[in-house]
Amino acid sequence: MNFLVEAFKQAFYLIFHLDRELLQIIGLSLEVSGGALLIAAILGIPFGAFVGLKKFHGRGFIITLLNSFMGLPPVVVGLFLYLLFSRSGPLGFLGLLYTPTIMIIAQFILAFPIVAALTHSACVKVEPDVKLAARALGATSSQVTRTVIREARYGIIAATVAALGRVMAEVGGIIIVGGNIAGYTRVMTTTIALETDKGEFELALALGLILLLISFLINIALFSIQKKGAQKPQWL
Amino acid sequence: MALKLTISDIYKSYNGKEVLKGSSFSFDKSGIYVLMGPNGSGKSTLLRICALLEPPDSGKVKYLEDNNRILEDNLNLRRRLTLLLPNIGAFNTTVFKNIAYGLKIRGIKKDKIEEKVEQALDFVGLLHKKNQNALTLSSGEIKRMGIARAIVIEPEILFLDEPTTSVDHENIKIIENIMIQLKQRLNSTIIMATHDSISARRVGDFFLFLEDGRIKF
Ligand SMILES: Nc1ncnc2c1ncn2[C@@H]1O[C@H](COP(=O)(O)OP(=O)(O)OP(=O)(O)O)[C@@H](O)[C@H]1O
Ligand SMILES: [Mg+2]
Repeated sequence: MNFLVEAFKQAFYLIFHLDRELLQIIGLSLEVSGGALLIAAILGIPFGAFVGLKKFHGRGFIITLLNSFMGLPPVVVGLFLYLLFSRSGPLGFLGLLYTPTIMIIAQFILAFPIVAALTHSACVKVEPDVKLAARALGATSSQVTRTVIREARYGIIAATVAALGRVMAEVGGIIIVGGNIAGYTRVMTTTIALETDKGEFELALALGLILLLISFLINIALFSIQKKGAQKPQWL
Repeated sequence: MALKLTISDIYKSYNGKEVLKGSSFSFDKSGIYVLMGPNGSGKSTLLRICALLEPPDSGKVKYLEDNNRILEDNLNLRRRLTLLLPNIGAFNTTVFKNIAYGLKIRGIKKDKIEEKVEQALDFVGLLHKKNQNALTLSSGEIKRMGIARAIVIEPEILFLDEPTTSVDHENIKIIENIMIQLKQRLNSTIIMATHDSISARRVGDFFLFLEDGRIKF
């Protein structure tokens, strides 16, 4: 019991004194997850909208694939990338293993299906009458597409925030490909795992508290977006 | 009268069920056409087909210029017509932006858009609702907004699908007045599907009946 109190004290000490190692770890976390999310959004939103709006051969298969990849186990992604990028792997010559770059790739792979699948479902949920009205008012098909994406904006933002929550909390993927190298590829979740293993709880606890806070903030954002988007037409 | 519409032998079925079975008609006078018929008789379907929003299974939808030149079905022609849906299909944004939509996608300049939208808002009595989200309007207001959004682009043929359904007496009067003014001001053709025979008689010039997938008059 005593050691728990002591650990918390130390953790708060680190947080309030803006410990350099702590800040560096948080910084890299935000960089890796933020970078992965940015790429996932740039590619995933148009892709999800395309799948949601256009009818083409194999569309159902892609939707099923996206939906099942939403729950991709991070360790499996890590393992897969490790095999590809390890020195003897086919992409080993790139020398990306144990760098922040491959951590971004790993988290991108986790985030992309979430962004794309949720964008798809947000676009599909847009009232067919809205699409028809846009066409009736003289919109070209690309103008209709843009209108539908705009109508689905709350769902799309929520998709992006949900993906951020997932990659921020993930540990299995980046610990394999990043290697958890101090001062270089060590992020919040991997540090917590390592420090806990070592029985040194101060830094782990400090990071844990911050991670909780971040996840809390992400959920507040998600909630307020969903509330704003839930404005229902009164005549229905 | 600038634009004439002739449909001939229109067939349309959904999931093997025939809705339209050889509908033909010439809308060649300006004024208000009223299309009536029981629920499910295919009025909405016919309007969508006439407004070039859906192709018929067979048959022809022909638009002709005054000199009887036949027009091709392209964006240019589509932008000379519009259809008001029964549920409007309002965009989740302000009333102003809803009405501005048709002008914006035509690449019209911002100050011109502002002027025309204000005019349209004034015309349907919604100037005070300009900055309200369209999804929060009442049934009567939403119909009026739909009309404003449609007329702001000055269509030569305006299709209205149940413009007075689920609207109170006062709003019906307002919408009727809008239609009559529209007919006089734009000298255009209005083709309206409705169940409201009293209102139809007040504003209509020509009466059509859809029965067994064909137009009777
Ligand atoms: N997109 C569609 N898919 C399948 N069936 C459809 C579709 N559109 C219309 N139908 C069917 O076609 C028939 C005619 O429908 P339509 O909406 O044109 O009738 P309506 O005369 O407008 O009816 P109401 O008076 O109730 O508005 C109905 O049986 C309807 O279920
Ligand atoms: Mg109908």
